[in-house]
Amino acid sequence: MGDHHHGPAQGLSRWLFTTNHKDIGTMYLWFSFAMFILGGAFAMIIRAELFQPGMQLVEPAFFNQMTTLHGLIMVFGAIMPSFVGLANWMIPMMIGAPDMALPRMNNWSFWILPPAFLILASTLFMEGGAPAFGWTFYAPLSTTYAPPSVTYFIFSIHVLGLSSIMGSINIIATVMNMRAPGMTYMKMPLFVWTWLITAFLLVAVMPVLAGAVTMMLMDIHFGTSFFSAAGGGDPVLFQHVFWFFGHPEVYIIILPAFGVVSQIIPAFSRKPLFGYASMVYATAAIAFLSFIVWAHHMYTVGMPIAGELFFMYATMLIAVPTGVKVFNWITTMWRGSMSFETPMLFSIGFLVLFTIGGFTGLMLSIAPADFQYHDSYFVVAHFHYVMVAGAVFSMTAAVYYWLPKWCGRMYNETMGKTHFWISFIGFNVTFFPQHFVGLAGMPRRIPDYALQFADFNMMSSIGAFIYGASQIMFLYNVIATIVAGKPTSDEKVWDGAEGLEWTVATPAPYHTFETPPAVR
Amino acid sequence: MIRVSKNPTVDTAAKLVAVAIGMFAFVFVVMVPLYDVLCDALGINGKTDGSQYTSVPVAIDDSRTVTVQFVATNNEGMPWEFGPSVTAMKVHPGAVNDTVFFARNPLSKDMVAQAIPSISPARAVKYFHKTECFCFNQQPLEANAKAEMPLQFIIDQDLPKDIQTITLSYTIFDVTDAVSGSLAAR
Ligand code: HEM
Ligand SMILES: [Cu+2]
Repeated sequence: MGDHHHGPAQGLSRWLFTTNHKDIGTMYLWFSFAMFILGGAFAMIIRAELFQPGMQLVEPAFFNQMTTLHGLIMVFGAIMPSFVGLANWMIPMMIGAPDMALPRMNNWSFWILPPAFLILASTLFMEGGAPAFGWTFYAPLSTTYAPPSVTYFIFSIHVLGLSSIMGSINIIATVMNMRAPGMTYMKMPLFVWTWLITAFLLVAVMPVLAGAVTMMLMDIHFGTSFFSAAGGGDPVLFQHVFWFFGHPEVYIIILPAFGVVSQIIPAFSRKPLFGYASMVYATAAIAFLSFIVWAHHMYTVGMPIAGELFFMYATMLIAVPTGVKVFNWITTMWRGSMSFETPMLFSIGFLVLFTIGGFTGLMLSIAPADFQYHDSYFVVAHFHYVMVAGAVFSMTAAVYYWLPKWCGRMYNETMGKTHFWISFIGFNVTFFPQHFVGLAGMPRRIPDYALQFADFNMMSSIGAFIYGASQIMFLYNVIATIVAGKPTSDEKVWDGAEGLEWTVATPAPYHTFETPPAVR
Repeated sequence: MIRVSKNPTVDTAAKLVAVAIGMFAFVFVVMVPLYDVLCDALGINGKTDGSQYTSVPVAIDDSRTVTVQFVATNNEGMPWEFGPSVTAMKVHPGAVNDTVFFARNPLSKDMVAQAIPSISPARAVKYFHKTECFCFNQQPLEANAKAEMPLQFIIDQDLPKDIQTITLSYTIFDVTDAVSGSLAAR
């Protein structure tokens, strides 16, 4: 490569062969947004079918394919890659590094992702249809009773898992080796910290997911019986392996979101983050605990009472470090000179709604009560509060917060705030009623339901259409900003923002920190 | 700390690759066997261990009577007629008991079946010993053939006093394809 001072290459090859962390970050962000729209479209089909009781729009089999693909695409295609994109953009700029530690691998970890999802989406057109066994793909639904397309599904999980592992290795290598002199670990911005810990989680559990799908593959094609009782295996084993991955996975999704809010709330409160060190330790504690609580997803499989109790108390324990974080954010705002630009609105929205999701999580963690809640819409409400109002809201906040830095143009604040309020209302109208129908006994993943659930479901559907539509406004705002937003060249776009990323020019030049900055 | 490479980035990356490979292996060499071991040791899942019990001569405890119920279930799509010859027996702990299950293959093709046992309450698993069971092996039956399948068991004298009824349930699976595929089941 030799000359490091050239600008980006021209045309398509710029994107295909780029090793620039900003280019790769941008591609991740756009890709994840495309997946967000696709997964969202599937959700609209689900909510349209559930608008009224009875079967009106789609076949039950297709409905199941929609719930499955919606979940898979949102988790693995939208949320995870969006945060990897953000990590690519921001981590080098936050720690004063010129680029990621392994730029070529970075290119690979992005470019294997679109084919993986192309394969996954193409299963819709295959004989027997797309996977219809839910995003948790429990055996034997995903083995003995799976459609033939399951093999493609397995392959795509392998590939996207590989991509995640490569991305995480890159992030860890960058944070451990590329920090500017003076940037000690305990000076790193919290977003970098949460991502460092997330990356370790990913390296530890994505291979477990790969192991789970590999066992499925062997059961389906090579005559083994890991999950088949007939051959001495056990379907419950699948659930243990899956959730050993799956529970850390939910923290993989939320920890970077914690990092984002920990950057934004201080900026708009014009006060440093309260309790920085406790935030770091709380993140580490959450990550550790996430390995010993997986069976709270399996209270009803028939565990011994000691197991139920262990997993119940361990799960409740997670609420402690999580509570530390929530209190720290609130204390950061306390007596700050706060202002409420769009990123701050989304962060406060995150704080309020994530806390609700945390509380429903606590309700679910009570083993005897979970027998009632399990596999009902109550669980659906819980995880959408933590994943949508948690991860997606914080990701949206991040885009509004850093977009001016990325492209040197200001987004339309009025439209941003409108987007927030419509999202906030749409989200709550969609998911709050699901708590009620869940408690009243409406099971999840069904295309039809009993009449008494009709009103709340109609509300849910209307809310979902509102929330979905508001994302179009978001897309419009971002594009309008990039092509015609009001130019800004302030290094500090936000007067309260702190951190190395705000010391470089705006828009951020193609190469930053080729000579390391001085860190106080 | 061991150094894999002088280049610190390569060093970090190599170690992480090792961790990832290790975790993949962990699933197969730790999680799967550990699951089986734990289920056996704790007797959870109602799984009895699939092996034969060599009886140790013990006194028969005539003072106690335990009811053993037999349940037979066909896995989805399994066409055999399959059931116990008696639905319940009253037995004394320590005594050797015999019974038979019968099976008939109604189809005009040869088939192979595997019966999978399960015991409830799960706490009783440790105390239910099978000295002979058709479930230890796969059961081939020719087209339209019938068979009587023996079961011999002993209830341990240490069975907790509060357990008065034990249910032994068999689910029968069609494994014809898996066997003809000739790749041995695990
Ligand atoms: C205070 C923290 C939390 C607690 C105590 C908690 C507890 C639980 C419990 C017990 C369940 C199982 C419910 C059931 O299936 O019956 C559950 C489900 C779930 N949780 Fe949480 N949770 C917490 C936070 C989170 C976070 C932060 C996320 C992700 C960002 C999350 C994502 C999920 C998902 C996706 C499911 C459903 C999985 C499925 O079956 O499809 N949870 N949670
Ligand atoms: Cu969990």
